[in-house]
Amino acid sequence: MLQRLVEILVTGLVEHPDQVRITAVETPRAVTFEVRVADSDMGKVIGRRGRVAKAIRTVVKAAAVKDGRRVMVEFMS
Amino acid sequence: MTKMKSVERSGRTVDEAVALALEALGVPSDRVTVEVLDEGKGGFLGIGARPATVRVTLKESRSERVEAFLGDVFEAMGVGVRMEIREDGEYIHVDITGQEAGILIGHHGQTLDALQYLTNLVAARSGRQGPRILLDVEGYRKRRTETLTNLARRLADRVVRTGERAVLEPMSAQERRVIHLALSDHPGVTTTSEGQDPFRRVVIYKKD
Repeated sequence: MLQRLVEILVTGLVEHPDQVRITAVETPRAVTFEVRVADSDMGKVIGRRGRVAKAIRTVVKAAAVKDGRRVMVEFMS
Repeated sequence: MTKMKSVERSGRTVDEAVALALEALGVPSDRVTVEVLDEGKGGFLGIGARPATVRVTLKESRSERVEAFLGDVFEAMGVGVRMEIREDGEYIHVDITGQEAGILIGHHGQTLDALQYLTNLVAARSGRQGPRILLDVEGYRKRRTETLTNLARRLADRVVRTGERAVLEPMSAQERRVIHLALSDHPGVTTTSEGQDPFRRVVIYKKD
């Protein structure tokens, strides 16, 4: 469900939704979502001074409260 | 994800094909985008003629796009909420209610601000400019506006009484605006915003 949320947030922002790839790296206490997008879309998901990336993390963390695990979202280039 | 409705039609000319497609969709031409698939050929006395073919796609309105996006978000978050969308010319207001809606607010409305910011970006993706989108959860913004307005008035009175400036805690642009507005017609004080985001804060000074 969290992965789906990351996907919805990211694909809504980019020019090339078909090139969005999300991988979940899980440990017992944390999950990290690695987000890859088209090079030309990188700026769109990070934003000026990381503002968009921060907003994405804030929303995903709110959703993860129920889950009880630490959640991280990383943008890979 | 977002569903797009489109139809393909053929006619003797591109214009005729478009007209047929618009009739099929039942909307005026400003609500669609037109893609010419084949310009067709007139031929001579109808010999060797090929019809023109177009694909006409219904544009999603800004609020439809917002509703679809937020609906997907809430479903993925697993929060059962209701959404009410209204446009007043200046803004598109999205009022969210439900028992679990609280988790959408966050500390000092942080989560709500983040979601509102993302929603505005997603709406902008559909092209063209349009009204800003304001999200509210269970009347949180309204209550917060009242709280901030009261705080501003109380601090302004103190500034007038003591002559000392009052420095508020860091706030979002939207919340700072509430403070400035609340004191804009106050006879005894002026307000400014100082510092850099995310630590930008309102300062209230006594007027000389």
